[in-house]
Amino acid sequence: MSNLNVKIGLEVHVQITSLKSKLFCSCSSEYRGKPPNTNVCPTCLGLPGALPVVNIEAVKAALMVALALKCTISDVLVFSRKHYFYPDLVKNYQISQYDGIGSVAIARNGLMTINVDGKTKPIRIRRINIEEDPGKIIYPTGSLLTSKYTLIDYNRSGIPLLEIVSEPDLTNPKEARIFIDKLRSILEHIGLVNPELEGSIRVDANISLEGGSRVEVKNISSSKDVERALTYEIIRQSKALEHGEVIRRETRHWDDLKKVTISARVKELEEDYRYFPDPDLPPFKISKELIEETASKLPELPDQRVERFMKTYGLSEYLANVLVSEKGLADYFEDCVKICGEPESIGNIIVNDLKRWIDELDLSIYEAIRLFPQKDLCQLVDLLNKNVINIKILKEIIPRALKSGKSASTIVYEEGYVDISDEDVLLKIIDEVIRENPKAVGDALTNPKAINYLVGQVMRKSKGRANPELTNKLLIKRLNELSRASSNAN
Amino acid sequence: MDGLELVKLFHADPSLIYEYVIETYELIRKVEDSIKSYITLKPLDEVLKECKIVSDKIKDGFKGRLAGLLIAVKDVISTKGLLTTCGSKMLSNYIPPYDATVIERVSAEGGIIIGKTNMDEFAMGSTTENSAFFITRNPWDLSRVPGGSSGGSATAVSAYEATISLGSDTGGSVRLPASYTGTVGVKPTYGLVSRYGLISYGTSLEQVGPIVRDVSDAALILSVLSGHDPRDSTSLKVEAVDYTTFLKPIPLKKYRVAIIKECINEGVDSSVLSSFNKSIYRLENEGFEVSEVSIPIIRYALPTYYIIAMAEASSNLSRYDGIRYGYHVDVENKLWDEAYTESRSYGFGLEVKKRILLGTFVLSAGYYDQYYLKASKVRKLLYDEFSRILSHYDVVITPTAPSLPPRIGEAISDPMKLYLSDIYTATVNLIGLPAMSIPADIVNDLPVGIQLIGPRLSEGSLINIAYIHEVKSGLKNLIPTAVRPYV
Ligand SMILES: [Zn+2]
Repeated sequence: MSNLNVKIGLEVHVQITSLKSKLFCSCSSEYRGKPPNTNVCPTCLGLPGALPVVNIEAVKAALMVALALKCTISDVLVFSRKHYFYPDLVKNYQISQYDGIGSVAIARNGLMTINVDGKTKPIRIRRINIEEDPGKIIYPTGSLLTSKYTLIDYNRSGIPLLEIVSEPDLTNPKEARIFIDKLRSILEHIGLVNPELEGSIRVDANISLEGGSRVEVKNISSSKDVERALTYEIIRQSKALEHGEVIRRETRHWDDLKKVTISARVKELEEDYRYFPDPDLPPFKISKELIEETASKLPELPDQRVERFMKTYGLSEYLANVLVSEKGLADYFEDCVKICGEPESIGNIIVNDLKRWIDELDLSIYEAIRLFPQKDLCQLVDLLNKNVINIKILKEIIPRALKSGKSASTIVYEEGYVDISDEDVLLKIIDEVIRENPKAVGDALTNPKAINYLVGQVMRKSKGRANPELTNKLLIKRLNELSRASSNAN
Repeated sequence: MDGLELVKLFHADPSLIYEYVIETYELIRKVEDSIKSYITLKPLDEVLKECKIVSDKIKDGFKGRLAGLLIAVKDVISTKGLLTTCGSKMLSNYIPPYDATVIERVSAEGGIIIGKTNMDEFAMGSTTENSAFFITRNPWDLSRVPGGSSGGSATAVSAYEATISLGSDTGGSVRLPASYTGTVGVKPTYGLVSRYGLISYGTSLEQVGPIVRDVSDAALILSVLSGHDPRDSTSLKVEAVDYTTFLKPIPLKKYRVAIIKECINEGVDSSVLSSFNKSIYRLENEGFEVSEVSIPIIRYALPTYYIIAMAEASSNLSRYDGIRYGYHVDVENKLWDEAYTESRSYGFGLEVKKRILLGTFVLSAGYYDQYYLKASKVRKLLYDEFSRILSHYDVVITPTAPSLPPRIGEAISDPMKLYLSDIYTATVNLIGLPAMSIPADIVNDLPVGIQLIGPRLSEGSLINIAYIHEVKSGLKNLIPTAVRPYV
């Protein structure tokens, strides 16, 4: 694929989910799960005469991202109106920002490095915009074709979005995925985005092959799907080019069920959005003080964290990079190290096993942590150190825990990876055997030699893992209790 | 009696409010059919209920500055639960779920909204002939227009159908009808009065402004309306001022007056010019120092104004698509674009469509620099030029309009003349300065107005000057011909 001279640029739309209110009104930014059209006011419904007032927290958030991406920050904040008619857009213009004549984006000319196969690659950031999210169109049958009518829910209208646009510096789908993961990790580290919320990150990907035209694939909701959509496009376009077809400039949609891209419309010309500075929102000076204040609040960012992981924990660059690619994963690692030390083996297990299975099972890190919490990993490492289990068993246990939801210790015992030396576990089995074999129990009470039969039953039930000595001891103890109890009853 | 005096009476004896309201409705019954100020007039019994509330509050010690006064509101200002049409078929069924800030402020002072007044559709026009519903006639001469776009607000006050009215002024829409109806109209400094709830036409140009029958009431209502509103990002962070303290018959300082040469040229009717000169003499007699200045660039003001107003209008009016509110067409089996096209084709009138098209054009790629951006530059030059002049002078005085009120139908047949009627007023909106139109003369039983323009936030001085002029001219609480038989 390298000889195709692929150029990929990404537009990533990120909801700033950490904010309490919408971008231009005081409605809650938690619109998910609310009855349709209840999280609205005159401003976010675009009612005649209602006016926008900028949520300064959104500006601070944008500045933070701009600093993290090493952008040049504009000295004025100018909002522009982007005009297009669509029913999810209450004013038929979106309050956004425009980098062109008469307007300026809040930040431009940034840089983000990505780590591809151990190599660092710089990707230029063209600009960052603040803009409002439109409402949501709902087709009652789930499909545009079969629905007789359209429903619109404006609860999302006015949610603050950041649009982060890269230069077309990415050359293959994998880099695109890594770019988005890195960006998401930065946003998570800054604390602006909860990636677990559905629709909080949406990507438009521009791709062109040598000899073709720019094709935009819109509305992809995960980095993995970006990789898939771009791979699909490269195959589709290169085949078309091979057959001498012309690649038209067009917009395509990603169908995330069928995993294909579908042509939406052919673009003959650049759409004319008639941008002009929004006269409802006078330009706002971005002071040095505000930038400095924001910079002082900037937390540790992924690049710094990678370095610290290498220095403090002695991890390889590779391990550190994979761990920090997701804030949740890096946090998980540090939690484990706090509980049980052993950064190197913990790091290796997380990267080589846990992360692999998370990807394979298509889980989020947060789901994975719920299924396989930090203390479980530490327990396994402890067993490994005590030579109770070996590394092969440990590797087997992780997917079982993620698939079954059982705790690691339960799996260890149930699946017979170790002797059962736990008295409580053994007593449970012994009690079952006593209940199920009243005759043998009666024999054993009178004839101590008959106890061997019961020991055999316990061994069978535990699939041979019961510690025999302990079983014998506990069984005698139980039988003595029983005989005392029956003589008392008499 | 003006509003300021009435409120004093009502504070002393709230039962007088009923008498005042019933008398006003009686007059409305007699003149409204021929003038047609109101699109929506609240029924008397409903207003009497509101009177009861205000009068009970007064008995409990309420000292609202507008307590009991009937306020007419241009149908471009959002009133909760009360039809707000903008004079357009597009919003003929629109009832806002919220009050504009100015309505909240008026209500908090005990003002009673009597109804919503007629206007040119979406405030686009200078005659009130562009209303989608009916025309409004000038109470001084029923064959003439009252000016616009706040025509109904001007006639309601001029014909004593209300004591105070609120209009909106994008390019002269308060001052022009005030001039044509012998009333006082104020266009405040941009940002002094909240626009929250004012349905936008030319966002960067317009302000809510009052129309009243004398300068005292202008001071009264402006004191209530002005002051910072956190819901409007263009609202200035200024404290409210009590403008009634400027109602003094003597100059509070030595005023220097500038007359713009380019505004008293051959384009002005001779009767307007002689009335204008009379007013200037009056002020000179009071010790005002008057000089002539030249602002050649002012000839670019009107095209600049129209480019900016239309650009903003094309954007502001894009929200009217008939989907969420307003004129709704049957959408079944139509594409979105088809539904939009249909509702906007039928919902908007010709003048509105013309301005949307022109505004869309000047914002289009390839034309933006030539028109909108160039207009923005001229706007800045005008601002600089006026700032320079107003650093030497306290007030600039011009005629409010170059001619007497046109006859009905006359302006429609000559749109260029219609656009020119804004020539002295629109410049002021481009640069955000405060201005007011006050009666200067009555010529052949038709009123003529002059316009006072001051530096930013100089409303106090303008009121002082206007008050001196009013005392000397005696031109206040004028009674137009249509009302005379009934008073
Ligand atoms: Zn809202």
